[in-house]
Amino acid sequence: MKRVLLILILALLCISCVDSDTNHTRAAALQAGQVLINGAGATFPTPIYSKWFSEYHRKFSNIQINYQSIGSGGGIRQMIEGTVDFGATDGPMTDEQLKQAKTKILHFPTVLGAVVPAYNIAGVTQEINFTPEALAGIFLGKITKWSDPELKKANAGINLPDQNIVVIHRSDGSGTTYVWVDYLSKVSPEWKSKVGVNTSVNWPVGLGGKGNEGVAGLVKQTPNSIGYVELIYAIQNKMGYGKVRNAAGTMIKADLASVTAAAAGAVKNMPADFRVSITNAAGKDAYPISSFTWLLIPSKIPDAAKKKALTEFLQWMLTDGQNMVEALSYARLPKEVVATEQKTIAGIQ
Amino acid sequence: MRPLDTIVAQAGAPRRARTFRQRLLHGDQIAHAVTFVFAATIILITALLFYELYSGAGLTRQKFGWSFLMGRIWDPVALEFGALPFIYGTLVTSVVALIIGVPLGVGAAIFLAELAPIGVSSGLAFIIELLAAVPSVIYGLLAIFTLVPFLRDDVTPVLQSTLGFLPFFQGVSYGVSLLAGGSILAIMILPFIISISREVLLAVPQDQREASLALGATRWETTWNVVVPYAKAGIIGSIFLALARALGETMAVTMVIGNDPKINLSLLGPGYSIAAAIANEFTEATSDMHISALIELGFVLFCITIVVNAVARLLILTTTRRAKA
Repeated sequence: MKRVLLILILALLCISCVDSDTNHTRAAALQAGQVLINGAGATFPTPIYSKWFSEYHRKFSNIQINYQSIGSGGGIRQMIEGTVDFGATDGPMTDEQLKQAKTKILHFPTVLGAVVPAYNIAGVTQEINFTPEALAGIFLGKITKWSDPELKKANAGINLPDQNIVVIHRSDGSGTTYVWVDYLSKVSPEWKSKVGVNTSVNWPVGLGGKGNEGVAGLVKQTPNSIGYVELIYAIQNKMGYGKVRNAAGTMIKADLASVTAAAAGAVKNMPADFRVSITNAAGKDAYPISSFTWLLIPSKIPDAAKKKALTEFLQWMLTDGQNMVEALSYARLPKEVVATEQKTIAGIQ
Repeated sequence: MRPLDTIVAQAGAPRRARTFRQRLLHGDQIAHAVTFVFAATIILITALLFYELYSGAGLTRQKFGWSFLMGRIWDPVALEFGALPFIYGTLVTSVVALIIGVPLGVGAAIFLAELAPIGVSSGLAFIIELLAAVPSVIYGLLAIFTLVPFLRDDVTPVLQSTLGFLPFFQGVSYGVSLLAGGSILAIMILPFIISISREVLLAVPQDQREASLALGATRWETTWNVVVPYAKAGIIGSIFLALARALGETMAVTMVIGNDPKINLSLLGPGYSIAAAIANEFTEATSDMHISALIELGFVLFCITIVVNAVARLLILTTTRRAKA
């Protein structure tokens, strides 16, 4: 047995040697003026973040930003535990979560996304108009037929069939669900009290599909169904989707401009920490089911090199970076938000 | 090859005189230690897994206790968690998979091992083993695009017109359902049942068959009354291996089961399985209670697998004992 123990100890020693070797190489890299920044979080903005980080690395070759798209939940958890330099999330952190974190955490909106209702109704090729009441009713299971008066009222001239509605939602926890139910709970008090807001909820009705592709696949295959997908996904896959009536009473179709307008409409009530939901935003041209996605940055960064790199990156992201977002179908931040964010960056210590 | 004189010297010397260094060189000690470490690692990993799942689920264990297993509501907003719909979905899809998969698999194995010409048998066996290597997400895609429409448009109407009086085949079907989950699982576990059962049947000694034939039994009587009973323990083993795989399968099931945590008696309705729930919700779970509930689901699945394995052991033990008696 003694010998066995000896071998175990030797094995452990070997492992620790290997470990310290990698530390050495990392230290060597840092000595040469390299800055390595690690982040993790939301999957929704991953395409634009990857683009930004690689463009930024091309510009400043000494700065390497690694991003792992492990989901908003994981991003928030790692941020609270301080295992990453920055996090990313599709839903703002709650007060309770902010309290758990060791340092104060700042939210920086980066781009905007939107969620659209996609449907498949036998014999209907026109664009359907949805009132907030209709959407909430369908997803609460109260409106069960396409021929419901609430739907007919907003869609004069469209022959909606007398068929049962099949509701399809995301089965995986996701920022898309968060935005969708956040909107529903703003327009429907019943939704707010019965179901609430989270990345995954206890759905009153419906089938679950995994990911945007799962929901889109189910909607395409199931006659008389309705689901919700990210605007980007709908645009890239050329899916049809409906218009939604906004707070000002206009029926509006989601596109990059109407999503940015939603953020502009919310500027007046924007809190200093940017933790704001912009669903059901004011403004004639605002698409009501829109949302920011945020970077989570600690307000105190002890490592001077990292602090410099991160703050400079944020500045770049708000200026040059914003010009790249529309090519990837994200909506850009309105000017007012960019201006306030730039002030906040100066506060990072 | 060692020089002759050292061998002679060693043979002449008493065994105990071999020094530690020599024994080390001959590998006994090293082999003993190394294999011991490997074996210990497996036990260590299992124990760690058990401990981690148990302690990670602490929050929900304290709050819900045993009622976690009986609760029917899964509400991440109100932080109320019950695992029953998931346990139900996991068990039902696995049982459906076995009901479809076992007769098909064992039947195919009997044909391949006993009746098919050897060229056909080994060729088919190769293809079946290939099927076992197909990633589950591929099976999931196959299920979404082929199996689900087929079940919805062709199988469901037939089932409802013939067996519609049973509660298992009532209600509206959208294609994605417990039945779809069970069917894709059946396809996925077939290669395991077939290839292991075939190997086991092939390993039955030839004199068993010859003895039976010599007594005047037909070929089928020999197969059914002699060969299959002889290989029973191995066949049961293959079925339980398949069941273990079915219980833990995630990707393919979540793509077609409907992901609705309700207890549907009808196989045509949607359901949810434990593995699918964990895969779906873990990445975006932010509250500690939600994470703890998901870990406890994992713990429940772990316990189900242990129970299934224990039952398998018992069954194999009793069948082999009966065969020997």
